[in-house]
Amino acid sequence: MDMTAMVDVAFLLLTFFILTAQFRVQDAATIETPSSISGIKVPDKDIMTIGLSKDGNVYFGIDNQQKRRDMLDNFAAANGMSFTEKEKKAFSILSSFGVPKSQLRAFLNLDPEQRNAFKQPGIPIDSTGAGVGNELKDWVFNARKANNDLRIALKGDNLAKFPSFKNVLGTLQAQNINKFNLITGTEAPPAGWKNE
Amino acid sequence: MSEIDTSGGGGKGDGKVRAKKASTKIDMTPMVDLGFLLITFFILATTLSKPSSMTLNVPDKTKTEETEPIKASNVMTIFLGKDNKAHYIFGKAASEDPEIKTVGFGYDLRKAILTEAQKVPADKFVVVIKPTKESTYRNVVDIMDEMAITKMKRYALVDELMPDEKKLLKDKLKLDL
Repeated sequence: MDMTAMVDVAFLLLTFFILTAQFRVQDAATIETPSSISGIKVPDKDIMTIGLSKDGNVYFGIDNQQKRRDMLDNFAAANGMSFTEKEKKAFSILSSFGVPKSQLRAFLNLDPEQRNAFKQPGIPIDSTGAGVGNELKDWVFNARKANNDLRIALKGDNLAKFPSFKNVLGTLQAQNINKFNLITGTEAPPAGWKNE
Repeated sequence: MSEIDTSGGGGKGDGKVRAKKASTKIDMTPMVDLGFLLITFFILATTLSKPSSMTLNVPDKTKTEETEPIKASNVMTIFLGKDNKAHYIFGKAASEDPEIKTVGFGYDLRKAILTEAQKVPADKFVVVIKPTKESTYRNVVDIMDEMAITKMKRYALVDELMPDEKKLLKDKLKLDL
């Protein structure tokens, strides 16, 4: 029997799956998350990702390019800054970033390769959650202003120390956010464990 | 199966006798096998790569609810120490000189939690989790996971250590946390 047709379909399917495999987002810093037995998947849209690297640096990002622009506009208005169209475009394609506002314009004006090579120092944050130097609270506030349905996802590195995590939690609680999702890898529950 | 015909065409015919090559048929089964394997791999890989999320709800800091005081005899306090070790006390407050034990994460910790939980009726047992400044984010996620695995209904994540507890850790374990 001539199986050419079946093999053709098989290769077509293969090509489809290869092409629709999502590219992994170029994160500002590599973050290895711990694993958990939770079976709930991270939602795809309306999500605000706060990354915490092992050195305690905080990175921030939201999905949807238009919402990123709106957030940037809100942030600029609140801080008396302005951005050119080129900078806004560069910002809207970044999935996450971690630079203080003083370095933001310079960062956005770099070429893409320079941006990838640049070691982002993280968004300033403090332990009270509401201090003047805490820029994370501004970003969170302006992001929620741009998109009211945002859910918070915390992506922490395995080796991030607890005090840094506590500061992030403090910043969020100061804005009355008490429900979060912690992004974790998948782990099989122990044998015989049933999800009730 | 389609064939690739590699039999040579007729030779130059210059009078020399050439042995006629037998035509070879290439069996494509292994290639098709690999193709299907790759498909299966990509199907599974794209669905599994979605990271899962663990929900964490913390109480509202602005509202202080009046909760009934918990008896120390029903409470297991787990301190997350450094180097991925957990230390726990059960049944007594830190000021009452309790016995403090150290376990690693994973199976040992699970066994410890379940052992202590059996000593108290299920709806009264409370676990208080106190991460210290040397513990990592991974320790916090792991202990929340253990709560889910051991199906603990009542637990609390508290980020401050009481002076009694600091003294206890310092005296008994020589840990300055």
